[in-house]
Amino acid sequence: MNIVVTVKQVPDTWAEKKLDASDKTVDRKSVDNVMNEMDEYGVEEALKIKEAHGGEVTVVTMGPEKAVETIRKALSMGADKAVHLTDESLHGSDALATSAALAKVISTLSPDLIITSSEASDARGGVMGALLAERLGLPQLTQARKVTVDPGANKVSVERLADNGYALVEATLPAVVGVVEKINQPRYPSFKGIMAAKKKPLTKLSAADAGLDAGSVGLAGATSTVVDAQPAPPRQSGTIVKDEGDGGAKVAAFLAAQKLI
Amino acid sequence: MPAERQLPSSEARELIELTATMCDRELAPRVTEYEAASRFPREEFAVLGKAGLLSLPYPESFGGGEQPYEVYLQVLEEISYRWAAVAVGVSVHALSCYPLATFGTPEQQEEHLPRLLSGDLLGAYCLSEAHAGSDPAAMRVTATATDDGYLLNGTKAWVTHGGAADFYTVFARTSSDTRGGISCFLVDAGTPNIRFHPPEKKMGLTASPTTQISFDDVAVPASRLIGKVGQGLSIALSALDSGRLGIAATAVGLGQRALDDAVAYAKEREAFGKAIIDHQGLGFLLADMAAAVESARATTLAAARRRDAGLQYGRAASVAKLVATDAAMKVTEDAVQVLGGAGYTKDFPVERYMREAKVMQIFEGTNQIQRLVISRHLARG
Ligand SMILES: Cc1cc2nc3c(=O)[nH]c(=O)nc-3n(C[C@H](O)[C@H](O)[C@H](O)COP(=O)(O)OP(=O)(O)OC[C@H]3O[C@@H](n4cnc5c(N)ncnc54)[C@H](O)[C@@H]3O)c2cc1C
Ligand SMILES: Cc1cc2nc3c(=O)[nH]c(=O)nc-3n(C[C@H](O)[C@H](O)[C@H](O)COP(=O)(O)OP(=O)(O)OC[C@H]3O[C@@H](n4cnc5c(N)ncnc54)[C@H](O)[C@@H]3O)c2cc1C
Repeated sequence: MNIVVTVKQVPDTWAEKKLDASDKTVDRKSVDNVMNEMDEYGVEEALKIKEAHGGEVTVVTMGPEKAVETIRKALSMGADKAVHLTDESLHGSDALATSAALAKVISTLSPDLIITSSEASDARGGVMGALLAERLGLPQLTQARKVTVDPGANKVSVERLADNGYALVEATLPAVVGVVEKINQPRYPSFKGIMAAKKKPLTKLSAADAGLDAGSVGLAGATSTVVDAQPAPPRQSGTIVKDEGDGGAKVAAFLAAQKLI
Repeated sequence: MPAERQLPSSEARELIELTATMCDRELAPRVTEYEAASRFPREEFAVLGKAGLLSLPYPESFGGGEQPYEVYLQVLEEISYRWAAVAVGVSVHALSCYPLATFGTPEQQEEHLPRLLSGDLLGAYCLSEAHAGSDPAAMRVTATATDDGYLLNGTKAWVTHGGAADFYTVFARTSSDTRGGISCFLVDAGTPNIRFHPPEKKMGLTASPTTQISFDDVAVPASRLIGKVGQGLSIALSALDSGRLGIAATAVGLGQRALDDAVAYAKEREAFGKAIIDHQGLGFLLADMAAAVESARATTLAAARRRDAGLQYGRAASVAKLVATDAAMKVTEDAVQVLGGAGYTKDFPVERYMREAKVMQIFEGTNQIQRLVISRHLARG
């Protein structure tokens, strides 16, 4: 199995997320950046499939220079090699441009299976898996809480999370699978893994190396523009009803006034 | 404010980050409950072991991480920051491996070190006895030579991980020569005729079991003698030089934690219309705490760097243990003061830090014994 797993570096979950005032893109410089936590599950699943069926796990990321830290984390968990697409011109890419760039890189790796997580914690588009499948012309199995690969039959089946249970869906390989965090318990890297990661192959690609047309990516190529953004207003304190024998009536009156009853 | 670290390599930085993440996720959520219930976190040690954190200072060829003490000690600090008893355990494990790793024959190391360093096993160090703590040469446990090995008899005391460990590094008397009659043995936990007493009821470090261990004709093969017959006391003291660095680092981590908790509280808590940290009398107390933690770290790492450079470090290790554990005691006590009445309750962890700091001034040589070591160096030098 030749498995590609996409990982994204995001601002630390606990950090206050801000937009850069000049171009309204996510400010990645003033905060600690970490591997998108959901991607740890993607990497874990890729490693488990490799351990069961053999093969190789390649990590793919698009992001600034610093995103190499996230690549190294995936390598120290046990992935075999990595491709880092990084270029000033990619800054500000929207979901469409990101998917085009990733698809271009991934197609050169001719994977049997592509694993993404269902959502990155910064932009939270939750779309990348679907976009990649569409661009690569592959079946997409998203929201997977369990993945079973049968390389002999050239098949992958997943339990797809649904409101009241799950749907069993399957596809032929190659396919794109998007995983949710119920799927496994990601391993920690080991110290030996950290040391070994230094020696694993890492290919750094510029937009030109990847064969991307500068006008189609980055802020320049974005099909949408962030015009304005405001931080969410702090939550207002609630209305306190004092029960002086008529508490129930007061609550009812309040709900009626809000047109809730 | 987290500790500002100077680390010698990028892998050391990643190692520290891995430790911090793992301890935040695996240790921090459990420490209060386990300490209150005197429950030993064996599974959590296994998680640390799997990541390679139980064998950092030992050679790569035997499965260790081959990290300098400068790095290993800062890992210990990060562990202690979340759970002092676990850091003590990691340090005691390293101490228990030391005699074999340093004085064992190549054959013994080949046979036993890989499993001791695998991360799956946990070690214990049996030197003290009820009447022989500060003066280990007064020990009475005997190892009597037989045709193919030794028979151990007597009772060891104060064994950290007693009953929970997988192997025991035991010091016992092979002759009546006070200092030259002690030898060192590597004993598996499952060896017949070992009896573990119930854990001591301690004021702190309650998640870490400390027990007496009785040996009643415990047969140990000759191949388990570490070093030469009679070399035991000098092996024990040499191991303690390294062990003391571990305890010093554990104390630094605990002190840093108490400082951080105190500062966080002092920024939130108001009295006389302003945050208490803005009252100079309290701000200065916090400043002294910060100075104590930082000088303890500097002293500890200075000793570690001497060790890493292959220089004599016994005196420096005693200075570090003395300075760092006294600092931890002062800082944790002051943290209780900063939290006021809240600090005196079990709703906040600072009272536990204070109880944990106390034992660090006692084990691996009381701080009086550290002064004894330092002053003897001064007298000799
Ligand atoms: C304020 C704001 C406004 C935005 N406005 C728009 C907009 O108007 N239109 C628009 O199209 N986009 C917009 N974006 C989205 C932004 O461009 C996304 O960051 C980018 O497209 C990636 O999508 P995502 O983070 O939502 O990924 P998701 O789809 O949530 O990520 C799912 C998974 O896909 C993979 N993945 C995602 N990105 C990468 C990557 N760079 N490298 C490797 N793997 C990756 C990871 O496995 C990830 O877990 C906006 C973002 C912000 C913060
Ligand atoms: C929680 C815990 C865990 C421990 N774990 C281990 C372990 O894993 N393995 C192990 O072998 N031991 C262990 N110990 C034992 C520990 O090392 C001893 O308790 C310590 O060395 C002190 O010995 P003692 O208790 O017999 O005190 P004593 O030696 O009786 O000392 C009593 C007091 O007299 C002082 N004193 C003694 N001699 C002198 C002197 N010459 N000059 C000035 N003052 C002196 C001491 O400083 C102390 O204040 C542990 C102890 C505790 C509490």
